Amino acid sequence: MVGITSAGAYVPIYRLARGDIARVWAGGRGVAVAGERAVANFDEDTISMAVEASIDCLKGIDREQIDGLYFASTTAPYREKQSATMVAEALDLRREIFTADFTDSLRAGTNAMRAAIDAVKAGSAKKVLVTAADCRLGALQSEYEQNFGDGAVAILISNSGVIASVEGSYSHSNDIIDLWRTDTNTFVNASEDRFSVTYGYLENVQEGVSKLLERYNLSPKDFAKAALYAFDARRHLELARNLGFDAKTQLQDSLFNTVGNTGAAYALMILAATLEEAKAGDRILFTSYGDGCDAYILQATDKIGKLKGRKGIKGHVASKLPLPDYTKYLRYRSLLGELALAGEPVATINWRERNWSVRCHGSKCRECGKIEWPIQRICAYCGAKDNYDEVRLSDKKLTLTTFSKDSLARSVDPPIIVCIASIEGGGRFYAHMTDRDPDKVEVGMPLELTFRRLYSKDDIHTYSWKMRPIR
Amino acid sequence: MSGSIKDRVAIAGMGCTRFGERWDTGTNDLLVEAAYQAFEDAGIEPKDVEAAWLGTSSSGGTGMTLAEPLRLQYIPITRVENACATASEAFRNAAYAVAAGIHDIVLAIGVEKFKDSGMSGMGGGGTDGPGHAMLSQGLPPRQFAMLATTYFSRYGLSFEEGKHMIGRVSWKSHKNGALTRNAHFQKEVSMETILNAPMIAWPLGLYDCCGVSDGAAAAIITTPKIAKRLRKGKEPPVFAKALQIAISPRDGNYNSKYDWTHVEATVRAAERAYKEAGITNPREEISMAEVHDCFSITEAVTMEDLRFSPRGKVKDDIESGRFDLDGAQPIQLDGGLKCFGHPVGASGLRMMYEMYMQLQGRADEVLNPGMPSRQIKNPKLGLTHNLGGSPDGCAIFVGIVGLEGV
Repeated sequence: MVGITSAGAYVPIYRLARGDIARVWAGGRGVAVAGERAVANFDEDTISMAVEASIDCLKGIDREQIDGLYFASTTAPYREKQSATMVAEALDLRREIFTADFTDSLRAGTNAMRAAIDAVKAGSAKKVLVTAADCRLGALQSEYEQNFGDGAVAILISNSGVIASVEGSYSHSNDIIDLWRTDTNTFVNASEDRFSVTYGYLENVQEGVSKLLERYNLSPKDFAKAALYAFDARRHLELARNLGFDAKTQLQDSLFNTVGNTGAAYALMILAATLEEAKAGDRILFTSYGDGCDAYILQATDKIGKLKGRKGIKGHVASKLPLPDYTKYLRYRSLLGELALAGEPVATINWRERNWSVRCHGSKCRECGKIEWPIQRICAYCGAKDNYDEVRLSDKKLTLTTFSKDSLARSVDPPIIVCIASIEGGGRFYAHMTDRDPDKVEVGMPLELTFRRLYSKDDIHTYSWKMRPIR
Repeated sequence: MSGSIKDRVAIAGMGCTRFGERWDTGTNDLLVEAAYQAFEDAGIEPKDVEAAWLGTSSSGGTGMTLAEPLRLQYIPITRVENACATASEAFRNAAYAVAAGIHDIVLAIGVEKFKDSGMSGMGGGGTDGPGHAMLSQGLPPRQFAMLATTYFSRYGLSFEEGKHMIGRVSWKSHKNGALTRNAHFQKEVSMETILNAPMIAWPLGLYDCCGVSDGAAAAIITTPKIAKRLRKGKEPPVFAKALQIAISPRDGNYNSKYDWTHVEATVRAAERAYKEAGITNPREEISMAEVHDCFSITEAVTMEDLRFSPRGKVKDDIESGRFDLDGAQPIQLDGGLKCFGHPVGASGLRMMYEMYMQLQGRADEVLNPGMPSRQIKNPKLGLTHNLGGSPDGCAIFVGIVGLEGV
């Protein structure tokens, strides 16, 4: 039996009230969409968010057993160069795994899911991690600027320990110019929505669902929940009504009012939320949309309770900070220009230092047992030379030893909170604190590590770990 | 440690330029200015210099940086760099060459011409980018602010109490700087202004930070015998009593035991220096000091690391005026880095110059006209201290100079 064996999610901590966006454009097309949208911090992108969701998904699971990682996004940080590789290294996965990126379509998330299911079925892999993330830019002053949200999701596909089995699937492809972007476009282009919603979203998903139900001889009343991709809140309801699902009892919340449309990650995020609430035996209808439709019938098994203990969608949606204003959003997305960076090229350094900087390995001395980060060849405590084991520290908790709030250094999000923290189990960590309220930083506070983009220079993105207050 | 520098070398002459934003003065001019002051003070000619040590952090490469402007003729010159301890490191190496009997008369000189670099403040204008092994160590203010954060927290000082303590450090230095002709900032600043200044790196405000300036300082180092001959009929030479460097392995970032309320390398260098100089009670025996006050908290913590104040108690000494010019143990008699700014390659010798002038009773030679005397009474031993780097990892110099027989 192939299916989902775990799921995790990530929603950035910042939320921007849609009314705050509309207010900036008041007098023009300043119509507010209801609710708020998630906004990735300035140091986040689809790679870093996918790492977060994957860590959530892999809680309690031996990472050595993962033998494939598929990354899906329409906004991968590079146009040429794989992103799954960086996600895999940050997760400290084995080197001998198969990695792939699925891109260019809002359906990329479920495309990757399908490929993972097929790989497990074919026996070429046993446990494939599928992670999807998006951070899309809606055109300024357009409804998409308000509709879109940033987020990520991860599901583990395997044939053992399944919490939701794949009972059936259906896919079709459809070429339509509804939402699109070339490699030189900053913002997503959109056709007139009455055209694209009618002949794109509604027609394709309705077709997908009816073909799927027909194929397996099921009807809407056979499902506990329908996890449906939402173009927006209104069209989501329209779709459910057209399909014959009861909006109150069967329709899974689309997260549209709390997170927003998260692109290639969106359908899987709605599915992750569904699984968090599912009971054993629940049958779930699941669809994506984008250049066609992928539709699935899933059924929760008696192992569905294993999902507990993850932050998931629910935990992340509840954990939030208000983004004070729209200007911050513009700065976070570099829409007001980039900060110039000094320093040397980093390709060689990033590669050479990756075990401590990306895999977050420290050195654990074989002679005195002490841990140091970054990896030290000579033990800072006992002086032993080259006699250590590398240990992963990214899942450790920390305690803040000292900090400063630097208002002098230029930053997208001043002040820079620079910290020295003690790692649970030994060692020190030196990094910036992110996702924080500068007025609530104090010596002794508990912290956790989060994978972030430190800076971008010469079109090279440098990633490593920062600290944040426990979410 | 088998050898000691105590009384084996002497300073026969010194020179120090005005520090500040010297837009009309280049590296060459600064070197000529400081060196010729020192030659004149020692009563020697440039041709008497057998070898030289040039300290500069970024204003030159090889010894030619010095040979060219001074037209020194084919003598050995060593360029030295050890962060903020650069000038003192030049002095130490020059002194060792004389003590070893290799040279009789040598020049130690430090220079920094910062104001051509476009840098307006300590690390100002920069932003985080690729640095040491990818992670930027960050700009100095935040590094030293972390010392303040931990110090306040460990000793239970409220933000206001801690802020006042370090503010008082800067207030005292500005009071001294106002008297000093060579200082960059020659103005008293009120406690109110200091406490209400904009935050640079919390909890350090504008007046907790030193400036960036241009400057040079020089010393003629020779044997005690030659020094006495050269200074016959003038003020007596000043003798080296201890010259110590301690380089830390940046334990603050790795070692959980590192407490961030003190700077271990200062403690290590100071203890070695006290042993070298035969000092057991530095609080009583050291008459005065110029320490590395890149930030006000650095000076405060350094007072404890040098054992001028008991651990955790420096606040009492700062607030009671012990370190003021008229206090029991004056610190930053010329205004310190706070008022001179910090041309990295020159600062150590600038500090030494102040000790030298005070020990010879000549402090008022660089008095601001019309100001009350800045000469302290009967100083016997003066200490200089540099901290190059940041609290977690740094190059520390502690030197002690004094009159003969002390």
